[in-house]
Amino acid sequence: MNEEFMGYERPNSKVGIRNKIAIIPSVVCVNHIAEQIANKLDDAVAIKHPLGCGQFGPDYSNTFRTLVGLGSNPNIYGVVVIGLGCENLKSGVLAKNVKRTKKPVEFFNVQDIKGGSTAAIEYGLKIGNQMREEANELKKEPFDFSNLVLGLECGGSDSISGISANPAVGIISDRVVKLGGTSILPEFTEWIGTEHLLIERAINENVAQKIHNTITGFIENLKGLGIDFLGVQPTPGNIEGGLSTIEEKSLGNIAKSGKSPIQGILDYSEPPKTKGLWLMLEPGLDIESMTGLAAAGAQVILMTTGRGSPCGNPIAPVIKLCGNPKTCNWMAENIDVDASRIIKGEKTIEELAEILWLKMRKTLNGQQTQAEKLGFDDLAIWRNTAAPFQYMHCK
Amino acid sequence: MKAKFIVMDTKDNCATALEDIDKGEEVDYNGKKFKINQPIPLGHKFALNDIKQENFIKKYDQKIGIATEDIKLGDWIHTHNIISYYLKELQNK
Repeated sequence: MNEEFMGYERPNSKVGIRNKIAIIPSVVCVNHIAEQIANKLDDAVAIKHPLGCGQFGPDYSNTFRTLVGLGSNPNIYGVVVIGLGCENLKSGVLAKNVKRTKKPVEFFNVQDIKGGSTAAIEYGLKIGNQMREEANELKKEPFDFSNLVLGLECGGSDSISGISANPAVGIISDRVVKLGGTSILPEFTEWIGTEHLLIERAINENVAQKIHNTITGFIENLKGLGIDFLGVQPTPGNIEGGLSTIEEKSLGNIAKSGKSPIQGILDYSEPPKTKGLWLMLEPGLDIESMTGLAAAGAQVILMTTGRGSPCGNPIAPVIKLCGNPKTCNWMAENIDVDASRIIKGEKTIEELAEILWLKMRKTLNGQQTQAEKLGFDDLAIWRNTAAPFQYMHCK
Repeated sequence: MKAKFIVMDTKDNCATALEDIDKGEEVDYNGKKFKINQPIPLGHKFALNDIKQENFIKKYDQKIGIATEDIKLGDWIHTHNIISYYLKELQNK
């Protein structure tokens, strides 16, 4: 099959579908400076986040891995890392790790520049402008789908997503995998009740055991804390909408992953080690999820939404599809693909998947998604490992 | 013509309503014509054949629960006549 898309080849042979400059603050204290620089540059994004200091242990590593991953995403041509100077997530260390991709990376600390924040913005802008000029020299070339990493996301789900938009995404995920590419399914809280099926699809016993341990470990944690997660799933709203059991609900979610074999479970923001379908540890908040997908190297994300979500990602374009006719109408400007044609009986799931495939190819080739056009650049890093502080309260 | 319901896999024994279906309405699934026994709201399920108590309900060619009572062709399938097999197993542990 001669399926190709147009992209930018990076020095580490990864392929970007966008050619952005990323301004990454190593610490929250310089977010505003990063934003000011990005605002004055063409096609630049500020990776604003609330972390980077006062973190230690696994909490620090998780944030660090995510920021390195975001800078390393092939949709980014070059990176300017900005530190304040006194934080524990050092700009130089972050820059050095992104530099492993061999892409242009520069860094500086605001406290090292005489003249304060205004001088720092000017300094950063000078570096950014230089990178922008170099980036503009690059030409797009055709690449096959083995170069693609696809992220699978759903948010604001309703009872219709699982029978329309999600299975259509599953067909696309399988297609990408068949073409030699990679696909990632996050949101492990929505695998619960279907782990036996995920285990059946595991490529080996080790992967099967990891899937089992992830879910049972989570349920045990909750039991230990006295939280009856399973007693509240499906939710009253789910039941009203027709979902009878947790299995049925999770099946709707994992339908996004199609039928491909599962290569393994990734840590949050961890890049896949091989091609094929991967699971990612992430608890189900859309923005954290999509941040983790972009940090793992996803160049594009397919997101289904039944009730309607406008959100996007600063690095990976997010293609929205919606199976609910009312939402498609009410929030038309936030939806890229109207999957309500399935429940209206106008299109089969397979026909809708074909429409989605064409939309995805256009997006890969440079067409902006609705979230891109509207400027949605949401970013949040999952603090899964702030163990010393977990469940602390004053009483 | 707009389909009234969708069957996610040919091996399934339930269908999902794509619109509210009235009690007594006749539906046709692959030439099998039968009556709907209770009102089925949009997004809810009904049986495509008789399902005995303790037998699995299948959607997406997967088990989504087990019948807590005998379910007849055309019956509404929901929390009143099926439960999570997963939860049942977990409770038995």
